[in-house]
Amino acid sequence: MTADVTTDSHDIAVTVNGTQYRRTVEARLLLSDFLRHELLLAGTHVGCEHGVCGACTVIFDGVAVRSCLMLAAQTDGHTVMTVEGLASDRDHLHPLQQSMHDCHGLQCGYCTPGILMTMKVFLDETPAPNEAQIREALSGNLCRCTGYQHIVDAMMLAAERLRG
Amino acid sequence: MTTRKFGAPIRRNEDARLLVGQALFVDDVELPGLLYAAFLRSNVAHARILSIDVSAARARPGVVAVYTAADLGSYWAPGPLLVPPPPIAGIIFNQRTQVPLAKDKVRHVGEPLAVVLAESRYLAEDALADIAVELDPLPAVVDLEKALTNASATVHDDVHANVAAHLRQSRGNYAAARARAAHVIARRLLYDHGASSPMETRGVVAKWDGRADQLTVWDTTQAPVFFRNGLAAMLGLSERQVRVIAPFVGGGFGPKIMLFYPEEVVIPWVAMKLNRPVKWIEDRLEHFFATTQERGQTHDAEIALAADGRILGVQDVFLHDTGAYNPYGLTVPINSQCTLLGPYDIPNYDSTFTAVFTNKPIVTPYRGAGRQHGVFVIERLLDIAAQELNIDRAEIRRRNLIPPDAFPYNNEIIYQDFAPLSYDSGNYEPILDKALELIGYQKFLAEEQPRLRAQGRHVGIGVACYVEGTGIGPYEGAKVQVQANGKVSVATGIGTQGQGHFTVFAQIVADQLGVAVTDIDVVTGDTDQFYWGAGTFASRGAVVAGNAVNEAAIAVRQKVLKFAADHFECAEEDLEIADGQVSVVGVPGQAIKLGALALKANPMRGAVRPGTEPGLESTQYFGPPSGATASGVHAMIVEVDPQTFTLEVLKYVVVHDCGTVINPLILAGQIHGGVAQGIGNAFYEQLVFDEDGQLLNASLADYLLPTALEVPRMEIAHTVTPSPLNPLGIKGAGEAGAIPVGPLFAQAIEDALELPGKKIELLEIPLSPNRLFELTTK
Ligand code: FES
Ligand code: FES
Repeated sequence: MTADVTTDSHDIAVTVNGTQYRRTVEARLLLSDFLRHELLLAGTHVGCEHGVCGACTVIFDGVAVRSCLMLAAQTDGHTVMTVEGLASDRDHLHPLQQSMHDCHGLQCGYCTPGILMTMKVFLDETPAPNEAQIREALSGNLCRCTGYQHIVDAMMLAAERLRG
Repeated sequence: MTTRKFGAPIRRNEDARLLVGQALFVDDVELPGLLYAAFLRSNVAHARILSIDVSAARARPGVVAVYTAADLGSYWAPGPLLVPPPPIAGIIFNQRTQVPLAKDKVRHVGEPLAVVLAESRYLAEDALADIAVELDPLPAVVDLEKALTNASATVHDDVHANVAAHLRQSRGNYAAARARAAHVIARRLLYDHGASSPMETRGVVAKWDGRADQLTVWDTTQAPVFFRNGLAAMLGLSERQVRVIAPFVGGGFGPKIMLFYPEEVVIPWVAMKLNRPVKWIEDRLEHFFATTQERGQTHDAEIALAADGRILGVQDVFLHDTGAYNPYGLTVPINSQCTLLGPYDIPNYDSTFTAVFTNKPIVTPYRGAGRQHGVFVIERLLDIAAQELNIDRAEIRRRNLIPPDAFPYNNEIIYQDFAPLSYDSGNYEPILDKALELIGYQKFLAEEQPRLRAQGRHVGIGVACYVEGTGIGPYEGAKVQVQANGKVSVATGIGTQGQGHFTVFAQIVADQLGVAVTDIDVVTGDTDQFYWGAGTFASRGAVVAGNAVNEAAIAVRQKVLKFAADHFECAEEDLEIADGQVSVVGVPGQAIKLGALALKANPMRGAVRPGTEPGLESTQYFGPPSGATASGVHAMIVEVDPQTFTLEVLKYVVVHDCGTVINPLILAGQIHGGVAQGIGNAFYEQLVFDEDGQLLNASLADYLLPTALEVPRMEIAHTVTPSPLNPLGIKGAGEAGAIPVGPLFAQAIEDALELPGKKIELLEIPLSPNRLFELTTK
């Protein structure tokens, strides 16, 4: 008998936003579904579930990844950060979030968590980017509302603020 | 006096919740005992259904139920016609609306055949494979012209030659105008729009509370009130028993309007039948088939001109692809028909369209809603006329603009709201001047283009004009209420999908009640918070609901002043409302907070006098007599790589007049987003159907939404011609950005590649590198 994807399960221990969770998950459970529907961290959104839109981006061991292209089982022993890990609450926004607010970088806000996660890693690695670099870094995240201009502005501002 | 909030670039109230991941979207609704739905969909475009066997699916562990059309019994019925055809003499309209689950026949790929309910979404999708369907395929109706022939298969057996509708509208006498024209130009033009592709797909969660006899539906709808009313009627409930909540919605752009989609109709029924909450979330593949889209029109158009380039008349005959059903009536082709006229004085116009049923997904409005198609036709005809008459492209437009003293300007045909197409106000020439100035039109043509061409670069410029009918009726309402804690709540019936309603409505109220924008709590899209309304579409949210909010805020202000005057025993004129309190001018210490006043207005002892109401609240409605007409000009400089035919937009300018501006920051965002969608439509996005009606590129990897690399930085400027049709003077702005981008691209690319000299014309949208290669290298 080969393993049955509908019943085969794994015990995992994963650290998400600093909290360790132990769960038993189906082998086929997507990381995006695990975060959203098992841990109830619904800030991570899914727009395509085929790895194109970037809405589901989370930070996995410091790398921006698409949580719809990973299985929950793969996170055993690893560290994940989601949008919920950026700020302690609405009154204490991370500079990235504050800059998005200040520049009107979001409309419906559906793409926003993925963009914040992608750009968090990017700005950590590229603290003084120019506009072309920001656009290149953003190009894996689709936004249907903003036309990107205010997001680009927000990222320039965030980079400046993060440099202090 | 505090500074006015109306007109200021205020940051949005709704942002914080979205930025920290705490905004509720439909898929975030989690309920105990939730079941998950998956729909089995037709994989062919046109077929008779011979049998559907769901027994194996029902037997799968974890599956709770499986239903087909037969199981729906008397609940099965075609959906409502949402917008009836206008009462115009000679109109033909064959109403055929979508059904909850297909019975007898399937008419497009993706049409639902059965629904599975299971304990998880994974199990529900597994069980789809257990269903055995026998279909007898029929020839697919795909091409519009072939569809109209006697030899064609018919999408609806009883609709001859697939004619969904036919309508002619005219003003003046085109034939006479043509007879005296110095120049006549006739062309066939193709304009294909696309899929709105909001980043959030559709979704529905329904919960039946048997104890309270109450149904709650969370739905990604733009029109919760309208949907609540229709759903209650279908389910045999009174409206009061149904609560529809459109929470945060991840983009709408038209197709999330109250379509009564099969899933919206089936899921609440299942929740009641099984007495368990049910969730359905569309996946991206389904979205390409199951959500409505906009597609193509074929125009055979003719323009008659005087020798000086003045338009004497236009004649247009076009075919419109309406897809397998036509629940949204004729809104899209009528918009095309009307918006073709643009900002130009066209005394003679004769326009006829035939809407055609095809075996493709349903066509309903997507941002622009047919306006693009019409604008493409007139703008391209003017470009060709400029070429043939040897008049500058900007100049031929200028000569034909409606002069500022001609408003209100009646076009003498009927618009989508059944009112005569009349432009309320406008001043078009300054918009064109400003756009030409910002793009550097003269300098580019005289100096830069020759210089760059000498370097072997292929650069071109374009300029395109448009008007947009916005802010149509019937009405919206709003309730404004001062809370005991001094905050103010505002409720309206429209849905919101990112337009900034939580902020712009707060700005309107802030000025009337002297409360900080951040202390105003706006609720939209919950039918238990506001009972009446129509919805968010046709660039009408800010115009219609905004004015209702304003009326309600004014009424509350009057109550505040009256109560405070009683309290201080002074005249209302002696009072000032600011900083969350009412104070007596010039008397320090004589002030009462709005919250305290609200408590006093709701006394625990003594009577409320006849003719007065408790509390500081008011509900008001606003319905404009007709739509307000916004207008604008886009201009662009583009560089084309002659080897790969890829583009780089070097400069993009938008000059826009949408009347009084409530929030320039939010307005800029609306325009940016619209232009980005316009760019996708012009050069990247195309729904490719084969002759069997199969969509060949149904993924975001193949249907290319523009990224941050394709959308250029835009420069935006405004002129302001207030609308006389509403007290705030505002016009809608939601769709304008998307409307003129197609003709702008065609014109600028032609210029860049010097195509007029080669007798090559770009008469179709979308273009693409491949298509440009085909068109320019024979
Ligand atoms: S949902 Fe993962 S990339 Fe789109
Ligand atoms: S803000 Fe709506 S998709 Fe980006």
